[in-house]
Amino acid sequence: MASISPDNHGLRLAVRYAVLILIALIFVFPLVFMVMSSLKPAQQLLADTASLRAFLPVGDISLDNYARAFQRAPIGLFVFNSVLVTGLTVLLCLAVCSMAGFAFVYLNWRGRDLFLSIILATLIVPFETIAIPLLLLVSKLPWIGWEGVSYGWLNSYRVQIIPWIADALTIFLFVQYFKGLPRELIEAARVEGATWFQIYWRVVMPLSGPVLATAAILKFLVMYNQYLWPLIVVQQEKYRPVMVGLQYFFQLNIAWGEVMAYLTMITLPVLAFYLALQRAFIASIASTGVKG
Amino acid sequence: MSSKLTTSNRAGWAFAAPGIALIAVFIILPFFFAFALSLTNQRLISPNPTQFVGMQNYRDMLSVSVLRLAPDRDDAGQIQRDAAGAPVYPRIRDITRSPDFPQYRGMREWFRFHMGETAHVVIARDVVFMKALVNTLTFVLVVAPVQGGLALILALLVNQKLRGITLFRAIYFMPVVVSIVVVSLLWRFIYSPDGGLLNNLLSALTFGAFQPVNWLGNPDTALPAIMGMSIWQAVGFHMVIWLSGLQTISPTLYEAAEIEGASKWQTFRYVTWPGLRHTAVLVLIVITMQAFALFAQIDVMTRGGPLDSTQTLVFQAVERGYGKQDISGGATISVVLFLMVLAISLLQRWLTRERA
Amino acid sequence: MKLKRLAACSLAAQSLALSAAFAQTPLSMWYHGAGNEVESVIINQIVADFNASQSDWVVSLESFPQGAYNDSVVAAALAGNLPDILDVDGPVMPNWAWAGYMQPLPLDEAVIADFLPGTKGYWDGQLYSIGLWDAAVALVTRQSTLDALDLRTPTLDEPWSGEEFMAALDAAKAAGEWEYAFDPGLAWTGEWFPYAFSPFLQSFGGDIVDRSSYQSADGVLNGDEAIAFGEWWQSLFTGGYAPGTSQDPAARDNGFVEGRYAFSWNGNWAALNALNTFDDTLFLPAPDFGHGPKIGAASWQFGVSGTSQHPDGAAAFIEFALQDEYLAAFSDGIGLIPATASAAEMTEHYAEGGAMAVFFDLSEAQGLVRPVSPGYVVQALVFEKALADIANGADVADTLDAAVDEIDADIARNGGYGH
Repeated sequence: MASISPDNHGLRLAVRYAVLILIALIFVFPLVFMVMSSLKPAQQLLADTASLRAFLPVGDISLDNYARAFQRAPIGLFVFNSVLVTGLTVLLCLAVCSMAGFAFVYLNWRGRDLFLSIILATLIVPFETIAIPLLLLVSKLPWIGWEGVSYGWLNSYRVQIIPWIADALTIFLFVQYFKGLPRELIEAARVEGATWFQIYWRVVMPLSGPVLATAAILKFLVMYNQYLWPLIVVQQEKYRPVMVGLQYFFQLNIAWGEVMAYLTMITLPVLAFYLALQRAFIASIASTGVKG
Repeated sequence: MSSKLTTSNRAGWAFAAPGIALIAVFIILPFFFAFALSLTNQRLISPNPTQFVGMQNYRDMLSVSVLRLAPDRDDAGQIQRDAAGAPVYPRIRDITRSPDFPQYRGMREWFRFHMGETAHVVIARDVVFMKALVNTLTFVLVVAPVQGGLALILALLVNQKLRGITLFRAIYFMPVVVSIVVVSLLWRFIYSPDGGLLNNLLSALTFGAFQPVNWLGNPDTALPAIMGMSIWQAVGFHMVIWLSGLQTISPTLYEAAEIEGASKWQTFRYVTWPGLRHTAVLVLIVITMQAFALFAQIDVMTRGGPLDSTQTLVFQAVERGYGKQDISGGATISVVLFLMVLAISLLQRWLTRERA
Repeated sequence: MKLKRLAACSLAAQSLALSAAFAQTPLSMWYHGAGNEVESVIINQIVADFNASQSDWVVSLESFPQGAYNDSVVAAALAGNLPDILDVDGPVMPNWAWAGYMQPLPLDEAVIADFLPGTKGYWDGQLYSIGLWDAAVALVTRQSTLDALDLRTPTLDEPWSGEEFMAALDAAKAAGEWEYAFDPGLAWTGEWFPYAFSPFLQSFGGDIVDRSSYQSADGVLNGDEAIAFGEWWQSLFTGGYAPGTSQDPAARDNGFVEGRYAFSWNGNWAALNALNTFDDTLFLPAPDFGHGPKIGAASWQFGVSGTSQHPDGAAAFIEFALQDEYLAAFSDGIGLIPATASAAEMTEHYAEGGAMAVFFDLSEAQGLVRPVSPGYVVQALVFEKALADIANGADVADTLDAAVDEIDADIARNGGYGH
């Protein structure tokens, strides 16, 4: 960035931080509200919403809401299901979509442009509008397991994972990123006799830290927040994910304190995932040498 | 692009096949099924047989007519006026429900405008759909540029080399991490007209001069309120995408710019922005798609109200398909939405095409 | 399949325990109570008691959160995956029965002779579902409020007239002690609208659909009575008597007990909260707007799925669940109105002189089921939107006309819904 003269360095730094902190306040306040509310009894929580007390751990503070939330719903099971489904889908998605992106950018094959256009067009299809046809489809699909061939994918983990592995947005992310990478690297590797898979795995993937991290975060969010799909394909509690679990808390008289406690708990894994990836993400940039 | 080195049909297919196959089975196939549904009278729940109805669903949704109305006149031929002095026109109800005009049966006023004394009343068979269409387009036109621009500014801010910048990145990203359903629930408290946080805050900041606003209950403020919250929620998402683009720009370019004494603006204009070209296309398209799919906020916060001021296409598709069990009507909206966005994205690609 | 093979093997091995298991036919059951601990305990107890009481059937229970229940059932039906025993919200039952999701319930009518009328689900002349409880709505206020405003206490025999009700709201508004005089609860979207507010329309003399044929809403939902209802409904909001559609859900849940509203239109499930806060809480009957005081009836009920191979087993379980002790247990646990007078006597709140006994009487005297038609599911949403629009200032006659057009078009598209 531009050079900074030493005399006003301190002042400019202070201004920068002030701006950053001000913006941070705008983004963080509903979450502080959520966490603080989870510590309060329902009556106080609602009374506090009108003032700044909503953001402060004041009044009758306790972890009672958390204890009661655990009694109301098998939270551990829901989080386990969500993390399992989300984790597997993200991994498979990164593999499948990065390979497709690689094919669309670096390889020249018949039908490439046509297929890319078709895939990008599917970006526009809102999931809600194909949910019912998709439900009818997966309820008939065959599956080969330990006990032979069975039909119907309902009530399983696979029905929550497989239809979500490939999506146009992730492929598009990889395509746009790969277009920005220097082509000479690939051509050089090709001249040296590397196979396409070696180029994909040894040359392109190591340069793809930022896009892998971005795609992983976005996919993680989509999968972790699944509601409509698991709702219609899963009828057994043992496969239910966290967002369907949220419905356990919306009884006729909503216990807002427990709702906030549940929300706080289910938000933590996502935040942890993001923070972990951000670290990896920055490390990958430092080490790759895309910069040159 | 098509250098000899990269021509390989077999490898190309092998790499792309898993992705293409999965998308074909789980997105394209169901979508064609939805398209077929839109040509029938299929219900979500019904023992009645499904019938092919051709374009009937599309006609029911899209028909529009204009009525030209002359003001009512009394026996003397004078224009009748109401208490405020405005001319009185015949009620639309008397026309659309009259046996004399069977072609207008079931249609309703969408909006009207005046030319001279004549009122031109645009009536539509499906006013709710029309309003949903207009609201959705408005939402896209406002949110796409504002959110994309703010996200870029944030990305530039958190791309600075400062101690603790990672923390700010995480904080700006936080609203994205929380599900939109949850965020919408929280903001219902914030926007509440009776002692809601936003009203109280604005009132405190202006020393009481601010009059409380019923944010979600007023047709004029409901859609802007939802836009504001949506931008707030998703801007961190696009900040991350911009950031990944920013970080692929070579630092040597910045060093060169510095050596040549470029101003900050010049550096942005000639180094940063050109390096973000692919990212910009990505961000714009992603925001546009997400904006067109606006649903959860509406479902939780307003359910299309007040007075249809927050109806959107996807909300209507879901409301009809699931709520009203009219799965063919819902599918029809999806197809219209698809064709519309496809047209827009083709236009967008044409406008942002790489000029040789 | 696997279980049967296993059972066959063990039969060959002369294992008595397993052959007993083989003789018991499994029945699956779905229930909407996930997340409600008290309700879960009771329903699990009934299932356990039933399984222990006989050796023909063994019921296994899967619970769903209420907000996701109907969508789950519809999805399961589309995918051919329904259980044997279902529970169903009363007004939705005709829709499911018409679609073949449910089959008639083979239950001796004598068993349910004493049940509140709102608990019995009939479609096409046959019993499809039966409820262990009903729900009722009352005008909730405090004796001290009536005293302060110098108002007559309305009774079942002599409810407030429409004018008296509005005079009461005027008095409450003039007193200036409350944020709003009346809380109808518009924060609760969905089924609450037709359940809680269509009885007002009926008391004015209108209805959601013409119940003589169920083929049209023309004249009943946009006739003079309905327009009078719409004008009155709109005046509640334009006149500043009631909070509108943007009321936040927390204000709905706690506004009355926080003293922000003088009168609240609320159900028996919320009664305990009010009673625990104010010991002078009153539950008043609905006002009479000209055609008698009305409140909504019918709550969740049990029935047999259309695909069940064992309707006799399902009916045996349902009949078992209809015992007074279980009716009373649900009532004590979650405040519901027990379906029979004898069960009411066993409960804490609904026994003679109990704090909520009035709801039993209300339910018996004023309860009116929502239109018994497969089209009700759509009509409920149309009605909800019309009421929300009118509350927000839309032209009453135009809005009701539009609702009529939509309802009539829907009925036509569905071939008259099998009436």
